[in-house]
Order: sequence, then structure tokens, then C-alpha cells
Amino acid sequence: MELTAKQKKQQLKLKTARRDQYKRYTRSTGGNVLYTLFLLIFGLYSVLPMIYMVVTSFKPLDELLVFPPRFFVIRPTPANYQILPSLLDNLSVPFSRYLFNSLFISIVTTVLHVLVASMAAFILAKTNIKFKNVIFAVVQFSLLYNAYTLEVPRYIIYSSLHMIDTYWIYILPAIPSSMGVFLMKQFMDANVPDPLIEAARIDGAGTMRTFWQIVMPIVKDGWLTLTLFEFIGLWSITPTGTIFSESLKTLPYAAANIVQGGLTRAGASMAVSCIMMIPPILVYLVSQRSVTQTMSSAGIK
Amino acid sequence: MEKTEFASEKMLKNRKLHRKETRRENLTYYIMLAPFLVLFFLFTVAPVLSSAILSFFDFDAVSLPRFVGLDNYLRMFLQDDIFPKALSNTMVFAVITGPIGFFLAFMLAWMVNEFGPTTRTVLSFLFYAPSLSGNVYFIWQILFSGDAYGYINSLLLSIGLITEPVQWLKSPQYALTIIIIVQLWLSLGTTFLANISGLQNVNPELYEAGAIDGIKNRWHELWYITLPSMKSILMFGMVMQIQAAFSVSAVPIALAGFPSVNYSTETIVTLLTDVGGARYELGYAAAISVILFILMALTKELLGKLVNMAGR
Repeated sequence: MELTAKQKKQQLKLKTARRDQYKRYTRSTGGNVLYTLFLLIFGLYSVLPMIYMVVTSFKPLDELLVFPPRFFVIRPTPANYQILPSLLDNLSVPFSRYLFNSLFISIVTTVLHVLVASMAAFILAKTNIKFKNVIFAVVQFSLLYNAYTLEVPRYIIYSSLHMIDTYWIYILPAIPSSMGVFLMKQFMDANVPDPLIEAARIDGAGTMRTFWQIVMPIVKDGWLTLTLFEFIGLWSITPTGTIFSESLKTLPYAAANIVQGGLTRAGASMAVSCIMMIPPILVYLVSQRSVTQTMSSAGIK
Repeated sequence: MEKTEFASEKMLKNRKLHRKETRRENLTYYIMLAPFLVLFFLFTVAPVLSSAILSFFDFDAVSLPRFVGLDNYLRMFLQDDIFPKALSNTMVFAVITGPIGFFLAFMLAWMVNEFGPTTRTVLSFLFYAPSLSGNVYFIWQILFSGDAYGYINSLLLSIGLITEPVQWLKSPQYALTIIIIVQLWLSLGTTFLANISGLQNVNPELYEAGAIDGIKNRWHELWYITLPSMKSILMFGMVMQIQAAFSVSAVPIALAGFPSVNYSTETIVTLLTDVGGARYELGYAAAISVILFILMALTKELLGKLVNMAGR
């Protein structure tokens, strides 16, 4: 039976209330006050630079150069945003192309990565295939090898696969990132009980179906978080030495080009940075709203 | 007699069917694992292996590699004047930012988790903000700028604590501390968010049972219920923090310049960038990264045992 939105909300409320009941016994008022103070201080520390970026993007030129420097803006102006369209005309490829490239690469690669990593994690976490422990150990340790030194061997592989100067260079190497498999495996270890998989098997669900209809919904928080990590990483990707065609370059590359021009462009540079922040923030809100608002009933019973 | 024969026949048939099923299942397993495994081997395992092999060669990317045995490793420890400095700086960064980062990422997530859903979303946004705003080192550059336009300098000048601007990022005594602060600020994100979703997934019934069983305060609850349930996520956070803490390089390069004054903020990875990227001594660079890998792998093994002790 499908539940209506209202019923679902009520259920959630009940669950939250039930969860909070026990808190009366384990929480003290003094502790709560201490908590809030601590969080406020650290929260301010980490959000201040972001606020500074937004504030600065609205500063007129004279306020950017004022001495002594001021944090807040006194006469906010949208000028820094207004000159952006005219700066776009200087680009050799239409701006929409960079935007398309970035969106295409980020979305396609994120989806593929999350899918491939989750499947591999499922096999490594919940089956008894040969060498699974060896494979997982290699995955973990590969995270610790410095990526910079791998650039030369990787470049040789890219060029022998004819991936240089194509979209593949963005997509293929990002799919098997070890972090995704590691994160998903840890989530499955923690939240998917083995008896559940066994029960699904006895009930006649195939491996693929068990993965898709039982495991993935339970580890939803895991793959939502992974989606966010992956999207943020890909959104800021700039090719180094592997892409030569202007029409294959990404938005961060274009953004950096727009704002070259020293001090007079300092405001515009901040404006561009602020705009570039929007898609990651949107993905954050969509994924984390779901993570932080649902009371988990994962793996119970 | 006839009946038993029938039964055994059926058993045999069942077993055959079962074996066939297992074989088909195994095939599915390999099909599901294959996309990852093939690409992982191609883009990670093969490059790592070739890099490790390269560490025994002299290679400048132009002429053919020449086998030199352990020369690269001997040079690192016996001849290179900068390597010991880079190693000790890396250890200082790792020992300070690693544990503090790991601890903060968990404590903040745990504290944020105490609040209701809406507050929780807002608070976790605050702590994740640095990761969302991209590479914004320049904010710290403005803050600690060496001239009177730097915020810190201008503030201290106006209060009268200092009489002339301090070269924060150019003087060894301050640069290291500032880089540690910025590094902490940036490295928190991934582990913090993984912890948040990990905490959401701890079975609420365990907490109820705990309260009934006489757990009196949140610290007991943390030690006996939360931490043990979070072990696998903590393990993930630990590896990510080790990776970040030992690979400090982007922040010192952006803030203190490259190379930094008197190599005061040189780390193993900035050294790698110099050796591999500017001097094209790829064999030597590979040897350095092998040593760095061994350092991190040992740390991981050691700390993994520690994480497993939670709840005892």
C-alpha cells in the first residue's frame, strides 16, 4: 500500500519522537550549552571565507582597494556581475559550450562512478568470490599512493588508448576511483546484515535484483554522499596537458580565463567564483537534505 | 526400495541444479565486478606498478630508462639535503593535522547529529562550506598578506600590537602554523560528511536499549554504542585523513610560495612536484613516492588496530 505524503511525514515525526525519548536520560543541560558554543565557533571559522567571497563580489572597485581593508561592503553594487557577459565575448568558443562540457562530464561520470563503485563494493562486501580480500586491500592501499607520480605512466596509457583530446579522458579514469568502492563497501558492511541477503536469495531474488532493490535503498545515504563528493571533484576539473581542443575544455578553465587581468578584475573574479559555487551547493542541498532528514530504519530486523 | 531410489535421484538432480545456479551466480558476480576491476587495473594498478618499477631506474622521460638498482633510494637518504627537511616537515604536518582532523571531523559530526533535522542540515552546511567553495586559498592569502593590506596585519597595526607589517607567510616561524590551520580547514569535509551519514545509519534501537540498560551520559553512549557501530565508517575516515595529512602540498605552494623560503614549508609531495615536474628526474620522484607510500601504509596498519579497539 502506498503511503500519502502526509502519512509519511507523520510516521517520521513518530520515529523522531521515539528516538528523542531516550535522550532525556543521557543528555545534560550544561553539555547542550557547551555543544552549541563549540559548534558556533567552528561553524563561523569554516563559513567565514565563503561569506567573504560573496560580500567581496558586491564591492565596487574603490572599496576593493580601500585602506585599511574592510570585511563588509558599504555600497554594494552588482557591477561585478554585470560586466561578466561582455567578458564572455572574448572567449573563442561560445560560453554555452564550456557549460555543456562541465555539466555533461560531471553528471555522466558521477552516475557511472556511483553505479560501478556500488556494484563492485556489493560483490566485495557480500559475496564469497575468490581474492575478494586481496582486491579490497589493493583498493585501500591504492588510495595512499601519490597521484602526482602516476601522471607519466597514466599519460602513456591514455595515449596508447587514443584517449588524448577526447571526452573519454575526463570520464574513464574517474570511474574506478578507489574512494567510491571503499566508502560503499564500508557502508554495506555497517548497514546491510548478511542474513538479509541470504533471505533474499532464498526468496528467489537474483544477485542483480538483491543489489538493486534491497542493498542500494539501505545504503542510500552512502551513495548520496558519494554522489556529492564525485560531483564536486568533477565540477572543478581542469585538463592539464591532455586536452588541446578549445571546444572540449571545461567551465573552470573558461572561468579562470575570463578573470585574467589583475586588480581591476578582482571583483569580477569573485563574482565568477561565487557563480561557480552554485551547482555544488545545489547538489549538496538535494543530497544532504535527504541524508540528514530521514530517520534511518536501515537494516533493522 | 523404489521410493528411496526416487529420493536420491531427486537429491542428485537438486544438487546439479544448485551447482548450475551457483555457477550462474558466480558469473553474475564477475560481470558486476568487471567494469570496476578492468578500469581500476588500467588506470591505477598498472601506473602504480610501473611507477614502483621505475624507482629502480634513472629516467628523464626523453632517453631510455637506465637500471640503477637502489641508487635513487640511497641518494634520498644520503645525498639529498632537502629530503630530510621535507620528511620532517611532512611528519610535523601529518602528526598534527591527521589526528586533529580525524578527531574534529568525528566530534563535529557527532555534535551536529544531536540536533533536529533542520538545524542539522544548516550546521553541516557550515562545516562543509570550505569544500563547496572550491580552491579558495586566496582568501587566506589576503588574510595573511605580508603588506599592510593584509587583514591580520592591518588589524594588529590598528590595535598597536605591531608597528610594522609581519611577513606571515615568508617567515618560517609563522608559515608552518598558518599552513596547518588552513590544511585543517580544508581537509575536514570528506570525513565529516561520511561521518554524518554514518551516524544517521546507527540503529536507533541500540540507543533505546542502551538507555534502558543504564547508560547514563552521552560519553558512555558514544563509547559503547556509537563508536562500535561506526567502526567501518571510521576506518574510511582514517584512511582519507592519512592520505590528506601525508600529502600536504597544495596549501603550502599556494600560500608560502614554491619553493618556500629556506624550504621552511617543503614537504615530501612538494619535493616530488619539484623533482618530477621541474627537473624531470622521474626515477627519483618514483622512489620518493614509494617511500611516502610505505610511510602511509605503516601508519594505516598501526591506526587500524586502534580504531578496532573502540567500545572495549
